Amino acid sequence: MSDHNYVPSSKLGKWFNDRLPLLSLSAHLQEYPTPKNLNYWWTFGGILTFCLIAQIITGVVLAMHYVAHADLAFDSVEHIMRDVNYGWLIRYVHANGASMFFLAVYIHIFRSLYYGSYKSPREVIWIIGMIIYLLMMATAFMGYVLPWGQMSFWGATVITNLFSAVPLVGESITNWLWGGYAVDNPTLTRFFSLHYLLPFLIFGLVILHIWALHVPGNNNPVGIDLKKPSKDTVPFHPYIVIKDLFALLLFLIVFAFFVFYAPNILGHSDNYIEANPMVTPAHIVPEWYLLPFYAILRSVPDKLFGVIAMFASIFILIILPWLDTSKVRSAIFRPLYKQFYWILVIDVILLGYMGAMPAEGTYLLIARIATTYYFVHFLIILPILGKKEKTLEVPQSITEPVLGGSSNPEMVKKKDLFN
Amino acid sequence: MKNIFKTICLIFLLTNFSVISVAAEEEKKLLSTDWSFKGYFGKFDRGSLQRGYQVYQEVCASCHSMKYLSYRNLSEKGGPEFSEEQAKAIASNFEVTDGPNDDGEMFTRPAKLSDKFVNPYLNDKEAIASNGGAYPPDMSVLVKARSGGADYVYSVLLGYEDPPSGIILDDGVYYNKYMYGNAIKMPNPLSDGLVEYNDGTEATEEQMAKDVVTFLAWSAEPHLEARHKIGFKAIIYLIILALLAYLSMKRVWSRVEPKV
Amino acid sequence: MSDQKKPKRRDFLFTASYAIGAVGIGAAVWPLVDQMNPDRSVKALASTEVDVSSLEPGKSITVLWRGKPVFIKRRTQDEIAEARSVDLKDLPHPEKDEDRAKNPEWLVMLGVCTHLGCVPLGDKGEYNGWFCPCHGSHYDTSGRIRKGPAPTNLEVPKYEFLNSNTIKIG
Repeated sequence: MSDHNYVPSSKLGKWFNDRLPLLSLSAHLQEYPTPKNLNYWWTFGGILTFCLIAQIITGVVLAMHYVAHADLAFDSVEHIMRDVNYGWLIRYVHANGASMFFLAVYIHIFRSLYYGSYKSPREVIWIIGMIIYLLMMATAFMGYVLPWGQMSFWGATVITNLFSAVPLVGESITNWLWGGYAVDNPTLTRFFSLHYLLPFLIFGLVILHIWALHVPGNNNPVGIDLKKPSKDTVPFHPYIVIKDLFALLLFLIVFAFFVFYAPNILGHSDNYIEANPMVTPAHIVPEWYLLPFYAILRSVPDKLFGVIAMFASIFILIILPWLDTSKVRSAIFRPLYKQFYWILVIDVILLGYMGAMPAEGTYLLIARIATTYYFVHFLIILPILGKKEKTLEVPQSITEPVLGGSSNPEMVKKKDLFN
Repeated sequence: MKNIFKTICLIFLLTNFSVISVAAEEEKKLLSTDWSFKGYFGKFDRGSLQRGYQVYQEVCASCHSMKYLSYRNLSEKGGPEFSEEQAKAIASNFEVTDGPNDDGEMFTRPAKLSDKFVNPYLNDKEAIASNGGAYPPDMSVLVKARSGGADYVYSVLLGYEDPPSGIILDDGVYYNKYMYGNAIKMPNPLSDGLVEYNDGTEATEEQMAKDVVTFLAWSAEPHLEARHKIGFKAIIYLIILALLAYLSMKRVWSRVEPKV
Repeated sequence: MSDQKKPKRRDFLFTASYAIGAVGIGAAVWPLVDQMNPDRSVKALASTEVDVSSLEPGKSITVLWRGKPVFIKRRTQDEIAEARSVDLKDLPHPEKDEDRAKNPEWLVMLGVCTHLGCVPLGDKGEYNGWFCPCHGSHYDTSGRIRKGPAPTNLEVPKYEFLNSNTIKIG
């Protein structure tokens, strides 16, 4: 943060600010020079902040009525849905909020992939983001267990059994995770405790994520370093605030549609059957946002290597800044990368689809090809591409190409809106 | 604005692909009917709910519990909306166990509005033992607990047939076109004229199935009407506010090039 | 558009946006507040019936109603006479015993001290009624506050005799 020279106008403000520079921080956040060509894909950071806060508030409220006990959890959720004032609304917002949160985070991540936002000097922002994403998955998974329906129970069983793949100590680890010899009441209560804790950890990491962002400043569709403040930037308030708000409202319309008109469409009907350790549902699927990883897990025939592949597919993203060797950030100026990018997007969607299908026959074959491609993209294509690709000429400033600079102005202007 | 439109389309595509994948599993086309509660403005047909309760009580309740419903629910807004007197009268037909009293003994008394629906069995084990080894599921959230929802339950109720040649079923197992695995341990529960409706509606199999499924759909989602109503207001509100935000954004950004 | 009109329209637009936004935030906050109010299952338990046939004069029982103790006292003639002979001017919270106990033999009231919510002890205190051990409030045989920090008399809930043996509270 560079602007320490803010001086509050009131005497009290100055007295307080000298002792705790909150007003300086607020001034920094308002004046923060932001590239003025940020498109709507950049509004998802604000949307995600909203999602996190909405999840925390609705979650705290639900915890006032929920009972974390194997015998009472399902009943208490039905109590929330039937008797608690607006309980149905709060629970549906929370349940669909998880899906919307992941929807937004995937867009956020794929925006970063397209525009090279993970590259130097923004590696730390990216890594913190990936840790947040990991914690989000852990939180969502444990939250899904809490209603103690059939999918909760068997999802918990399958996922915790992943750790039994660890040689020698696998069984000890699973027993430790469960607090018993199967998923049961001790598992539920610890999941509840951690499900309540992790979002606050995420909140702290989000502050670090934003802090780390404010050191180099935002990347932008053109992907060039900006002098700031300059004619290429606008103050965060009101320009970006109002744009983020507008985008948030559009997002909320989609959110509201799910909450009010299709609240259970993203869930699974089996989760309205109370957990029964004697009967496994015919078809176990995780929530949609975990499906690609589930497909990777299942496409490897060996138990241990399947688990390794699944975790590797996430951890590979953490070292991405060093796998991508290209000096040019934005895909706008990388014609080949752009094509591989879209192939990756299709690949991940395909993996998600395969994760929902039974692991047999053609489905399994496609899942295996898609899994292989996923790793090839990051481990082979990206390192080579950075060295071989002929990139387009990158402009000197944002305004330059638009005002008739070197490259074709129409093309860049159109492209920086993504499609 | 074109880009925004594209964004929304993409969001829908991305979220719906999981939905499509689930929908792809439904192999058989389920039966359906003109459900009163479907659609953005769907409301439960009160007459159908009241008849549905009658069908549940006279036909299903001997085996199927509805443990999350209370008698008071029958007179609450958005449900069958029996009058409170009617609901009290219904409740008083049932005996519930209460206690212990001052002498430390359990006793029975007529049910009150605040009591839960009486369970036909003492526990799940008894339910299984009394039904040839099959557990008659609790029906409070049944419609939400089956993929296909109301259509599925409706289809199963009307899906009894003679087994096709070549399929031999054990004693006490029946063939049902729509049931998962086609084998069901519940004998066909409905037949024309099984109940006598007070409002003069003809009690055909289809009518009874429709009424009882409507009742079960309400029981699974008792706040559906409020949800539809609030949802409509919320979305209209969000559209108006988004429009205002869009205009405000245009005003704010009018000072800079390029425009948003 | 002229320069003079410009700020005016902008003001209106922003003011409208803020106002409508505030309405929405209010509407979104209400469910989060209301969820803490008594829910429908709690409200449904609003009444309770008590069999008092075995209660001797001079004895009392305590029953639970809405999560609070309710004192049901069958008073002796002496206690009734004592309660009815008090001059209303001597009372910090003047109420006639006739209004508190419709059937003079039966006194039904919440066993919750009106000071800070403790449960008073029966047959104690300087007025032969109830005495709250927390902060020393004395109540008389009609449950009226006579001495101590409590501001009002013990509250009489809504109740009725269903028959001579059964009281329905609530």
